[in-house]
Amino acid sequence: MKTDPDRDLADCSSGEGACAPAGDCSESSCAPRPAQCTEPDCGDDPPAGCCAIEAQGVEVYYGKKKVLTDVSFGMAPGRITAIIGPSGCGKSTFLSTLNRMSDLTIGCKVSGDIRLEGKSILGSGIDLIELRRRVGMIFQKPNPFPLSIRKNIQLPLKEMGIRNRDELEATTEKVIRDVGLWDEVSDRLNSSALALSGGQQQRLCIARAMALDPDVLLFDEPCSALDPISCSVVEELIASLRRQYTVVIVTHNMSQARRIADSVAVFWVQEGSGRIIEHGDLERVFEDPKHAIVKDYVQGGCG
Amino acid sequence: MYPSRIDQWVVWGLRFLGVASCALVGLILLFLVADSIPALRTLGDRLIHDDSWHPSEHATDGTFGMLPIVIGSLTVTLGSILIAAPLGLASAIFCHFYAPPMLAGFYRRMVELLAGIPSVVFGFWGLAVLAPMISTLLRPPGHSMLAGILVVALMILPTIALISETALAAVPRSHIAGAAALGMGRWSIIRSIVLPSARAGIFTAMILGIARAVGETMAVVMVCGNIVRVPGSVFDSVRTLTANIALEMGYSVGMHRSALFVSGLLLLFTAIALTTIIGIVEHRSKDREGGAHV
Amino acid sequence: MDTLALPASSKREERIARAMIWCVALLVTGTFAWIVGDVFVHGISGLSLSFITEAPERGGRAGGILPIIVSTLSILAVSLVVAIPLGLATAVLLAEFTRRDNWFSTLVARSLDVLAAVPSIVFGLFGNAFFCVWLGMGYSILAGGLTLACMVLPILIRSLEAALRAVPDEYRFAAAALGMSKTRTVLSILLPCAAPGLVVGLILGIGRVLAETAALLFTSGYVDRMPESVMDSGRSLSIHIFDLAMNVPGGEPNAYSSAVVLILMLLIINFTAVWGTDRWVRKISGQSAT
Repeated sequence: MKTDPDRDLADCSSGEGACAPAGDCSESSCAPRPAQCTEPDCGDDPPAGCCAIEAQGVEVYYGKKKVLTDVSFGMAPGRITAIIGPSGCGKSTFLSTLNRMSDLTIGCKVSGDIRLEGKSILGSGIDLIELRRRVGMIFQKPNPFPLSIRKNIQLPLKEMGIRNRDELEATTEKVIRDVGLWDEVSDRLNSSALALSGGQQQRLCIARAMALDPDVLLFDEPCSALDPISCSVVEELIASLRRQYTVVIVTHNMSQARRIADSVAVFWVQEGSGRIIEHGDLERVFEDPKHAIVKDYVQGGCG
Repeated sequence: MYPSRIDQWVVWGLRFLGVASCALVGLILLFLVADSIPALRTLGDRLIHDDSWHPSEHATDGTFGMLPIVIGSLTVTLGSILIAAPLGLASAIFCHFYAPPMLAGFYRRMVELLAGIPSVVFGFWGLAVLAPMISTLLRPPGHSMLAGILVVALMILPTIALISETALAAVPRSHIAGAAALGMGRWSIIRSIVLPSARAGIFTAMILGIARAVGETMAVVMVCGNIVRVPGSVFDSVRTLTANIALEMGYSVGMHRSALFVSGLLLLFTAIALTTIIGIVEHRSKDREGGAHV
Repeated sequence: MDTLALPASSKREERIARAMIWCVALLVTGTFAWIVGDVFVHGISGLSLSFITEAPERGGRAGGILPIIVSTLSILAVSLVVAIPLGLATAVLLAEFTRRDNWFSTLVARSLDVLAAVPSIVFGLFGNAFFCVWLGMGYSILAGGLTLACMVLPILIRSLEAALRAVPDEYRFAAAALGMSKTRTVLSILLPCAAPGLVVGLILGIGRVLAETAALLFTSGYVDRMPESVMDSGRSLSIHIFDLAMNVPGGEPNAYSSAVVLILMLLIINFTAVWGTDRWVRKISGQSAT
């Protein structure tokens, strides 16, 4: 499924306002959305529209070991959903099922249902390339390619079928500006991305993902490999993505979740397998958790 | 399994080429068997029972007793591994535990270079230097099993040393540090901790050394004297299977050629057997490690 | 480099062990120096420009080795032209397109192990039966090159595969998350990243081809004339040394000189490989440090 080169990034580049909450809603795929979104699971206070991503009874096995049990919750469009919980509770595993990166792990089996704007993404007939373009992912450790800054952004675009030089350059500049890197790197777009600092590399990775004009961005502890200053820059950047993208972020930093998230899902290990024990609006979960464990966890951890 | 349509095409193309490269084993086996069949069918156990090796084009004219040649191969292999195994292992231990870092690096590089020297150069050195020396210092003719054993030992030593060292390096440092903390000396740590843990890797090194020794041709042709008989002592001339092929293949026809292919087949089966042994050993040691983790 | 500073004990057994191990090291070093020294001492005097620009005369006793170098390089070229695409494709297949635990890659890996252990003289027999006789190539550079291509294939595949596997997984994840096809990832990112390692693997393969003798005895043949095409028989440098040493009385001086040429070629190749590996390792570790 090749992307029509004419469908460039104009919708979004013409300013934030022009970009509808859940990405490009001019497409017909958005039309049936309200009808399918009657499920009550979209957080306590879903905004207009409904869940961009909807997990239903997701279970994940690594070989024979069950690492996630019955995860069901929705991630609202244009909002930032934080997934928190102690390490080893399957947060990152769950995140990687959302764009099927879990397929790359040998022996990893996912069951249940995950719907992206109403369409299931777990079937075998899914175009994974298209899915991963719509659902971008940023990793714990910045992973720019060992190529120039420019090529890092343009290589995936070219792979998408965009050949027009002007268009490539325009997109490159736009996304690098969007992540606030333009002033720092505009004079050395042709030098190696590996020469950038860790925080710059991570922002480049975000820019690279944004260049594909995704609807959803997944962040897997994007700050944990960075120093505190770079961390706060990246964090502000993520906060600024609200409304433009549906953001799902895995973090073990409670205060970070509190600073940037709109809603929260708390994962916990119970009976040897990760489960979701509470989810909902940020304030509600942090101020008035239903679950005793969550209460201890968020209050102990927020410092 | 693969996300894109191009990938589907590419993976099938790659599989085709991959199959082609391993089908090579089958192809080699096929051609060796095909050319061996006449000898196996007509000569049968004459290949073992004939009392000499005077092959000719027709089965009726010649004698085809390969036994002395097989024994020649076995003795040269055995002798060379007996010499090369301790020396190679000691080299690896030297490199990893005794030599100062600079010297260890230098020594390792030297062993690597030694591994890269063509067998024809070893053979030439054996022919021009070693054999005459054996002849004058010990006993003529010099072109003997001893010369062959020494040259082949030198050639397989780097293989054994390099692979053993990899095995030594894989021994967890915590084992060694733990033993050192108990006040054990260097040699007793090596003997009682390192060598037992690196056992499987060292064994693999020895088997690969044997495989190389069995298959070595040029050096053996040049220094062993190539007389077909069961050697009475290490100073006698001897002919190995590989040398026999190298010497006679050029002019052999008919049954003679086929008999040479039988010996090639024998070498191929030896290689397969040795590889299988290595596979089994690696498999078992992996299982044991896996068991330890659970 | 990673030698452990273990306690040196003064116990008798410890001292004996230390002494013996040092003795072995000295013995090996001495023998190595002896062989290389002997070849160089005898061979270097015969080296001159004319030695590598003239044709051999009187069966190689006099004259140079130009046609032999040409044949050697032609055999090398033929074998690389065949082995590189096959080897690279198989390495990419093994490292990027199959999972290590699946039956297909186990089968491929097993057959490569067997192939690597097959003695070179057996490759010679096979090459003679298949290329020379069955395909009717006769004793020719083509047959010799193809035989050697079969022989280096396992080494080539193994080292190319290792080079690809050494590329950090992060690049693969990044590319997958950006919706890039596996093919594009391999072509644009993994192969360029692995390039220095691939070159090292290639150089090792070249070294093997240049050093080989037995597999060429009855595939590319003995003819020491300048080859006119790949269908001509051509004598490789290693066979030249063998022939001069074994079959040509008085051929020793030139055999020594040819051995020097061969060793020098291999040394240059080896040092390039080592130097390339060092640089590559430094580059890769530098990458992950940033």
